[in-house]
Amino acid sequence: MALQTYIIYKLILVLVVFAFTMLIAMYSTYAERKVAGFLQDRLGPNRAGWFGILQPVADAVKLFMKEETIPSVSNKALFIIGPALSLLTACMTGVVIPWGTTITLFGENFPLQIADVNIGILYLFGVVSIGVYGIMIGGWASNNKYSLLGAVRASSQMISYEVAMGLSIIALIMTTGTLSVGQIAAQQHGWHWNVLVQPLGCLIFIICAFAETNRAPFDLPECEQELVGGYHTEYSSMKMGFYLFAEYINMFISATVISTFYFGGYNMPFIGRFVHDPNLLTLCGVVFLFAKIFFGIFFFMWVRWTLPRFRYDQLMNLGWKALIPLSILNIVLTGAWMMRHEIMAYLNF
Amino acid sequence: MQPLTNRSKVVVNKEMSLYEKIYLPAIISGMMITMSHFFRKKPTIQYPEQKREFSGTYRGQHVLKRDENGAERCTACGLCAVACPAEAITMVAAERKNGEEKLYREEKYAATYEINMLRCIFCGDCEDACPKEAIFLTDRTVKPENNRGSFFYAKDILVEGVEKEKRIDVTRRQTAAVLEFKKHKEFDHNR
Repeated sequence: MALQTYIIYKLILVLVVFAFTMLIAMYSTYAERKVAGFLQDRLGPNRAGWFGILQPVADAVKLFMKEETIPSVSNKALFIIGPALSLLTACMTGVVIPWGTTITLFGENFPLQIADVNIGILYLFGVVSIGVYGIMIGGWASNNKYSLLGAVRASSQMISYEVAMGLSIIALIMTTGTLSVGQIAAQQHGWHWNVLVQPLGCLIFIICAFAETNRAPFDLPECEQELVGGYHTEYSSMKMGFYLFAEYINMFISATVISTFYFGGYNMPFIGRFVHDPNLLTLCGVVFLFAKIFFGIFFFMWVRWTLPRFRYDQLMNLGWKALIPLSILNIVLTGAWMMRHEIMAYLNF
Repeated sequence: MQPLTNRSKVVVNKEMSLYEKIYLPAIISGMMITMSHFFRKKPTIQYPEQKREFSGTYRGQHVLKRDENGAERCTACGLCAVACPAEAITMVAAERKNGEEKLYREEKYAATYEINMLRCIFCGDCEDACPKEAIFLTDRTVKPENNRGSFFYAKDILVEGVEKEKRIDVTRRQTAAVLEFKKHKEFDHNR
């Protein structure tokens, strides 16, 4: 492929992924309110447009129009960097996700993945860990006790659950033998979904994903009842909107990562029997991936509006005393299963 | 002591069993409960388009009635103001001049008649007290306003129109039985 086509195609792909991320995050806010309404025997927003479909636009206009206040005692530079960093890191994660296989146009192959980094998983983890800095900096710069408490909670929660998340991923890496997200997705064609190989790892990963995105039942950093909104207490206008947006993008990316790692990504069993055109097949794959992602987002919301929040000691107990030992056990079991022939031979069976 | 409901439970601080400690079964059953609510019929009433039906005895905004010829029935006797437990009604009486027979039914009428809708408790004592069947509470609601001053309802709001279509219907509560009852002067408040 010529360098110019390559650059243009990558730029277009980046723009499309960015636009879709923003669009989905925007409509996640609408979906959240709608799902919350339906789960509580209400209707949710239904005034702006058909079934309230323009509600996110109205919300965005509202946020932009709000007065922007920066506390006089705050650290102004950090106060602005906080939400910006939060949103930036949230948007950066979409780079290594394989959104589909390859589209062939004019004799050229266009893979639907911005960068198939061979250490894609490490990249994902690195970027997600930077995400907590946005919350920490914002909470610290606010110069407010509630914000600081929220930030401290966020960072300790992130650190605790990242350990369990990483350990659950190690078992996955052991079975797949690669750190590339693209290859992990490609390996799961047909029914070779990783959730069937790693059910325990999948469960731990999903629980940790809830904690990493600060979603209920792990939304201690921003619990309204105790901390008046936690780290974004002092934020108003679009800076606050950035934090909320980052949360929804994180939720979208988490749902994407869960479906790519464990639920087959863009793969769907049996679709090859009905669709034979390769480009159409790729598009079907994209549709399937998004169907899985949307169910994942719905699942996040479903859990949020079902479960009450964990207490702080329960959160730490669950993280350190339950999830980490379980994920280590998972690694040991996976290793034992992979080495079963050698172990059998050693034991003379 | 007898429990008020049968739903009260004695709290025991017992250790959770392993099944309970796993959380997941409880979480799944909880999620099934919320999902059942997802598909339930919503009781929402879409307010401006749909309105909740009031009960037959709903007492809302007052009306000062006119008689069949279009003359105001109120004679500014002040019984409503006396009966009012919230002291919401004030009025100024005036004498009817020649040529005003079509406007006012009797020689005396209310030059001003004000009800403070913020004080009013909508008890309906004014309509019981009224000897001329002039004031009634209707099934209309008092509109929200932005300032307190707008809640002093004067005659321009309270008196119904002369034209037939502008008359306010009070028959919902003033049923035949009620009117029949009011005719019996032997009852204390009908005198």
